[in-house]
Amino acid sequence: MDLSLIIMQLLSGIALGAVLVITALGLTIVFGMLGVVNFAHGALFMIGAYAGLYLASLTGSFWWGLLLAPILIGAFGMLIEFVLIRRLYGRSIDDPLLLTFGLSYILVEGVRIVFGSDGIPFPTPPQLVGVLDLGIGFFPRYRLFVIALVAVVLLVLWLTLEKTRIGLIVRAGARDPTIMQVLGVDIGRVWLAIFGLGVGLAALGGVLAGPMRSVNPEMGSLVLAEAFVVTVIGGLGSIVGAVVAGLMVGISISLVALFAPEMATIVMFALMAVVLLIRPQGLFGVRGRTA
Amino acid sequence: MSPSSDEAVAKPSSSGLGWLLEQRVLLSIAVLAVLPWLLPSQALAVNVLIYGVVVMGYNLLFGYTGLLSFGQAAFFGAGAYFTGIAIGRYGVPWFAAVPIAVLLSTCLAAAIGIVSTRTRGIYFSMVTLALAQLVYYVALQASSFTGGENGLRGFTVDRINLFGFPVNFLDPVNKYYVLMAFAALAMWFQSRILNSPFGAVIEAIRENEQRARACGYDVERSKLIVFMLSGAISSLGGCMLALHLSIVPLDLLHYQTSGMIVMMVLLGGARSFFGPFVGAASFLILEDAISLWTPHWQIFVGAIFVLFVLFLPKGIWGTLLDAIGIGKARP
Repeated sequence: MDLSLIIMQLLSGIALGAVLVITALGLTIVFGMLGVVNFAHGALFMIGAYAGLYLASLTGSFWWGLLLAPILIGAFGMLIEFVLIRRLYGRSIDDPLLLTFGLSYILVEGVRIVFGSDGIPFPTPPQLVGVLDLGIGFFPRYRLFVIALVAVVLLVLWLTLEKTRIGLIVRAGARDPTIMQVLGVDIGRVWLAIFGLGVGLAALGGVLAGPMRSVNPEMGSLVLAEAFVVTVIGGLGSIVGAVVAGLMVGISISLVALFAPEMATIVMFALMAVVLLIRPQGLFGVRGRTA
Repeated sequence: MSPSSDEAVAKPSSSGLGWLLEQRVLLSIAVLAVLPWLLPSQALAVNVLIYGVVVMGYNLLFGYTGLLSFGQAAFFGAGAYFTGIAIGRYGVPWFAAVPIAVLLSTCLAAAIGIVSTRTRGIYFSMVTLALAQLVYYVALQASSFTGGENGLRGFTVDRINLFGFPVNFLDPVNKYYVLMAFAALAMWFQSRILNSPFGAVIEAIRENEQRARACGYDVERSKLIVFMLSGAISSLGGCMLALHLSIVPLDLLHYQTSGMIVMMVLLGGARSFFGPFVGAASFLILEDAISLWTPHWQIFVGAIFVLFVLFLPKGIWGTLLDAIGIGKARP
């Protein structure tokens, strides 16, 4: 087997993993703060892709879609938290999961009503069409852009969480919301913002994935399973875990696709099973909290 | 759902009503026996029967043990596929194919259970969903066995021999009552589990896992066993579906089916014996009625489900039983 081919496939895997990282990150941040697993995360990913497509055709530019869709859908996420999820705090941990599962039904069917059941092609932005010569082979420009953008988003998120006052409040709130309230922080508003951020990340993942996959109402169901696998491998609530596991899953999928294409859809689940047998709390998870 | 301080097992009562409630299996069978005449169509009644059994098996896991699995479709589908493959590919007679399929599905449940019962809480839901999706993709890839995307075909059971009497299985009434015998068996089995000391142990695990552990019960082993029992009962529903439809659609294994099972148990009422049948019936009637005037029935079902989670977490049957004051016996 040609080494350069393997390196190219590795790069493909990183691009695939980058979208997974962004999506899983939204799921894991929301869980880390609110203790809620958002079952509608996949559906919101799908709505993000549709919103990006719609806004891009409305404004005539992919870049407006990329910028506005996550903000718009993130705001919609805050509405969901405010109207629905908020009522379930203090109830069983299963209830938000069940509620968002019902919500995903509504969202998917809603998109079917508005945009139809068939897939819609998502055109690659003209600046990023074509391939780039990397010396060892040709690689799609758009995928390189996805890798770069995700790296920037991760850096901004990390700096915000670690170096700013807002990040301090968020981290402290994840540790002990009661103390934060005693200290005069309106934890409800923090939760609202975090849920919006999580949903916005799902939408960003959707827009980024658009030109790489076809956009259809069912695209979220596969993504949800993938995001679950990534967060379970990485450890629910762990940001580092989501990044490492997302890249791990992306790379394994594309390398396995090279050697045994029929195993490509199965490999990430096998990876998850192995990790669970060795470390039930995930690679970077904290024992006792969930496992 | 929400923790409560109910007695772990309903105490036998000497009053007439109490005695009647003890006969939950017979009562349930009686209702199912007249079901084809209560519902608008025969086809609906058969589906209520099948999904009722599947959801009842799931209720053992979710309602009684408190484990929210999103992977029950794996066992529903496995029961159906194994039945179809045994009959169609290996020429096994139907009455042998069913126990073989249940046995194999229980082995699958053991494999998935070993991995998933190591995790707790929300992790369990995500892991069961992922592992069930693994089963889905394996069935998709192993198309020489399963028919892949087209589903499994070619194992029609049209004529069965019942203790020497030939029965035309294509006749919907005959089919209903043969399948009802399976449902009755499943109900008897489930009732026995719930009445046994083991039934008390799983409810203790739901109420307080630490305390159950402190009392000396092997929580992990009990979870694994209940996972397998639950999978076995749900897989019997899959066998019934295969015999009924003579095809097995691949979608049966998808996690949307698991989600539907979760919806049914919550609509009817988790932790009640007959609730799963009420839930299956409500869901299927709702689907039937709404899809008459719009293809987008899922949006309404989703909305109704959200309202149930918010305002009626005990479901139709559970709320009804509470209202007339016999909720504790949970028939």
